[in-house]
Amino acid sequence: MSGHEKASRLLEAYLDGELDLVRSLEVERHLSECEPCSGALRRQRALRSALMDGSLYYDAPKGLSERVRTEVRKTSKGSRPVAPAGWRWRAVAATVPVAAALAWALVAIPKGPSQDELVSREVASAHVRSLMAEHLTDVASSDRHTVKPWFNGKLDFSPEVKDLAGEGYPLVGGRLDYIGGRAVAALVFRRGNHSINVFVWPEPDARGGDGESSIQGYNVIRWRHSGMRYWAVSDLNLPELLELAGDLQR
Amino acid sequence: MDSTELERFERTLLPHMRAAYNLARWLTRSDQDAEDVVQEAYLRAVRFFGGFRGGDPKAWLLTIVRNTSHSAWRRRDSGATVPIDEDTPEVEDASLGPEDLLLQKASGQELRAVLDALPVEFREVVVLRELEGLSYKEMADVIQLPIGTVMSRLARARARLRRGLEERLRGGPE
Repeated sequence: MSGHEKASRLLEAYLDGELDLVRSLEVERHLSECEPCSGALRRQRALRSALMDGSLYYDAPKGLSERVRTEVRKTSKGSRPVAPAGWRWRAVAATVPVAAALAWALVAIPKGPSQDELVSREVASAHVRSLMAEHLTDVASSDRHTVKPWFNGKLDFSPEVKDLAGEGYPLVGGRLDYIGGRAVAALVFRRGNHSINVFVWPEPDARGGDGESSIQGYNVIRWRHSGMRYWAVSDLNLPELLELAGDLQR
Repeated sequence: MDSTELERFERTLLPHMRAAYNLARWLTRSDQDAEDVVQEAYLRAVRFFGGFRGGDPKAWLLTIVRNTSHSAWRRRDSGATVPIDEDTPEVEDASLGPEDLLLQKASGQELRAVLDALPVEFREVVVLRELEGLSYKEMADVIQLPIGTVMSRLARARARLRRGLEERLRGGPE
């Protein structure tokens, strides 16, 4: 099979961020020297950004959430969960009151959780809270010159604030949050319909490394940059979340 | 379900209601049906939550939403789906010209109309990938098909979308 055939077959997977590094580089090398393929990729990108601009998304009608909640509560009283025998232990674990909030994690990780695991769970919880309580931002602005000064006097450090609208991750605003026993800055970005929380706090000594994990379906990544600890969390796919992390370190 | 489990259910699944409604609305093409599907899907989710293995809750919920939509169709016996041939590649008409320009002219409304007119098998892969941002693996879980089939279906759906858009912007099929 020629390089062209191979690359054109992989083009969409490349666009979707589904290729490993080696294959991505192969496709990129081919793109740089093949006009038909780079044209095809351009068209795919144009279609994708038209689809992702948010105007095609149907928002749930007001009140649906409450109606569903009411019905769920009614039903859950009368019904016993239908659990395959093998999974019954999970329900049992969830009834231990003290461990309730951690039941999922405790059964998934038999060993004691590491510091990073604990923080990543806190980060994922903070993300879910910000979405559920419709309290995503304290200061809603795409202007970094508005968001950065807003943190003054609220934190004992000044987070670097970037707007990455040009890279496809527009800044939505900022918020104060509380992670690992301290007040932290939460910067909120958007990608299509996905909200991304980026938590920042100072970490002068490099204690933990970089890494990534998946917590209850959310991708969570961490890195260190200019003496700060960064955690990003979103339901966005991992390649795009890593892309955002890369942009923030530039 | 006791109150702890109920709380876990709500914490895990309620944040994904927006995605559930969006998928249901695209699949049923009706506001009222979409609401009914979302409601029914959550009630099914309550019953089956004990079997949820702690994977991606969004993909898990969307699987139920999709199944609920499909059974709603079967009950009503409308919107019957035509089986699609997975093997025949979409024919790209190279003579159609610079799509970049056409795409820039396309409004959200036109794109919506073209996507809405696609057969449901194509519509759902586009919605799951481009609107919900699911990975191939997650899509394969939701649609319950191998990843390879998902990939080829997505490629064909995108080709149809581009072609439909062109035809629409040129004033109908030639």
